[in-house]
Amino acid sequence: MIAPDWFREDRLPHIYCTGCGNGTVINCTLAAVEEMGWKRDETVFVSGIGCSSRAPGYILADSLHTTHGRALAFATGVKMARPEFNVVVFTGDGDLAAIGGNHFIHACRRNVDMTVVCMNNHIYGMTGGQGSPTTPPGAISSTTPYGASEPAFDLAELAIAAGANHVARWTSYHVKELTKAVAVGMQTPGLSFIEVRTQCPTNYGRHNKLRTVSAMVEYIRSHAMLVEKYNRLTAEGKPIPEGTFTVGELVRRNRPAMGVRR
Amino acid sequence: MQGNTACAEGALAAGCRFFGGYPITPSTEVAEAMARRLPKAGGVFISMEDELASMAAVIGAAWTGVRSMTATSGPGFSLMMENIGYAAMTETPCVVVNVQRGGPSTGQPTRAAQGDMLQCRFGSHGDYSTIALTPNSVQEMFDLTVKAFDLADRFRVPTFLMADEIVGHMRERVTIRDPAAIVPPRPLAEGSLPFEAGEDGVPGFAPFGSGRSVHVTGLTHNERGYPDTTDPEAHDKLVRRLITKIESARREIADYEVKNPDAETVFVTYGPPSRTVEQVIQDRSDDSIGHLRLRLVWPFPEFALEEFPNAKVFLMPELNMGQMVREVQRHVDQPVVSLPKIGGELHTPAELVRALEAHR
Repeated sequence: MIAPDWFREDRLPHIYCTGCGNGTVINCTLAAVEEMGWKRDETVFVSGIGCSSRAPGYILADSLHTTHGRALAFATGVKMARPEFNVVVFTGDGDLAAIGGNHFIHACRRNVDMTVVCMNNHIYGMTGGQGSPTTPPGAISSTTPYGASEPAFDLAELAIAAGANHVARWTSYHVKELTKAVAVGMQTPGLSFIEVRTQCPTNYGRHNKLRTVSAMVEYIRSHAMLVEKYNRLTAEGKPIPEGTFTVGELVRRNRPAMGVRR
Repeated sequence: MQGNTACAEGALAAGCRFFGGYPITPSTEVAEAMARRLPKAGGVFISMEDELASMAAVIGAAWTGVRSMTATSGPGFSLMMENIGYAAMTETPCVVVNVQRGGPSTGQPTRAAQGDMLQCRFGSHGDYSTIALTPNSVQEMFDLTVKAFDLADRFRVPTFLMADEIVGHMRERVTIRDPAAIVPPRPLAEGSLPFEAGEDGVPGFAPFGSGRSVHVTGLTHNERGYPDTTDPEAHDKLVRRLITKIESARREIADYEVKNPDAETVFVTYGPPSRTVEQVIQDRSDDSIGHLRLRLVWPFPEFALEEFPNAKVFLMPELNMGQMVREVQRHVDQPVVSLPKIGGELHTPAELVRALEAHR
């Protein structure tokens, strides 16, 4: 489902590589925006720096493309100054979890009423494929030529622990589920964090034996497990395959939030 | 009233309705006063997680059309630099108060200094220009804060109030004036592009929610606001305009006081050292001592030096190792003597008299 009314057609062609998952995530987010019936002049898209963060540049609304890692702090200013605005943040794993880690946990703690969509491609894509805080152990990147040796952040778990009201995780394969999750996030007061595991064929896949786009999407899909199934298997003491991550709605709650529409 | 409180009162009078900050000595009373006063005035106070976030939140709020401010001191100011450059590049009107303390590094948190005068001009990366005001009294903490908001809106530029621990913590009588009508930024004309400037180099402002779907980016951008990062001409045109819009208006922006223009020996000051000079002139009832007091240092008003046609020597007491002295030197032929003082205390009248006699 495409929402053509929300695209800046005069910005095409876009800068994304062939096979990039970011377009899918933008489509799903805009489909959710359409479902919400938001007005253009009450909606602000904010982002930091990186491939993901170029997204607002392609969306026809007021949009703020900011500094690396700081998107959530900028968005907090927008939302607190004008709670009547709908605020959506696009960010990447490097932007959000590394340089922006402090802003991330504090935005979740404040539970600022906005929707944060994180395109997690496990790599610093725009700078050419360096290891990020979500690069899986063992994965090859330009700065982990012998395999990543650090543990990876689970961004959804981090958001839950820090206090966000709504946390979900899907992949760029699960377009219907993702669209629904973003819409639920937009409806939920407080901070909604949606992590999307997505493919970066150019800078991640080709260094990690996932040479085609379909191979990488298939890898992500096959390692995603519904959280309900994961919990059932765990309760039954059954083994969980290596590299599995949960998808689905991980938290929806009603903690006190800031910047909720007056 | 304390200087920092007067700064907060000035901000409120100017219509500031958003404050994002992080506590740091000796600026904290600005934040504390805003935390007390803003909610009652229908504004928002938020204590951010650090100074990077504070500056970011201020810019975000400013783009919704709300007058926005933060206050900090040296180390926090350094942390804000990345986003101060962003504010310059995106032409975001906002006010940054720096109640300076002794540095470098953690230095002397509770003592006064003027060590960030070049940081506020050149601290962020790349080429840009800004406006910086330098109060020397509690009254000026109020008045120049109001003025900072007006200049920020007029030129769409981050504007600095370069205070220091002395004026921040000093207590003096203040007249709280109702500022003249608040002049909002010029609206973006119908049919104009969001970063298309008129003759004065300052584009009209279309804050978020005004229905113009403005794209704001720190990347080199065209007049539509879209990234245009590889065209040398696009970058040259944009950055040159960001500088020219400020530098070409230096006579309009300038704010200074001249005393005894016929003098041969002239003190040039900004901020609290001006008070010692005033004391020296008063004590000696000596109208042969000239005094140029800058209430605004950036853009530097070099034409103010021409107000002293008989000057044979310029003396510059500063609470640093001589940061603004070269700015004076490059505009005059006469000798310029730097009178630096660091450690946290103001020059005494006796120190300035000694310097005066040595260089007369």
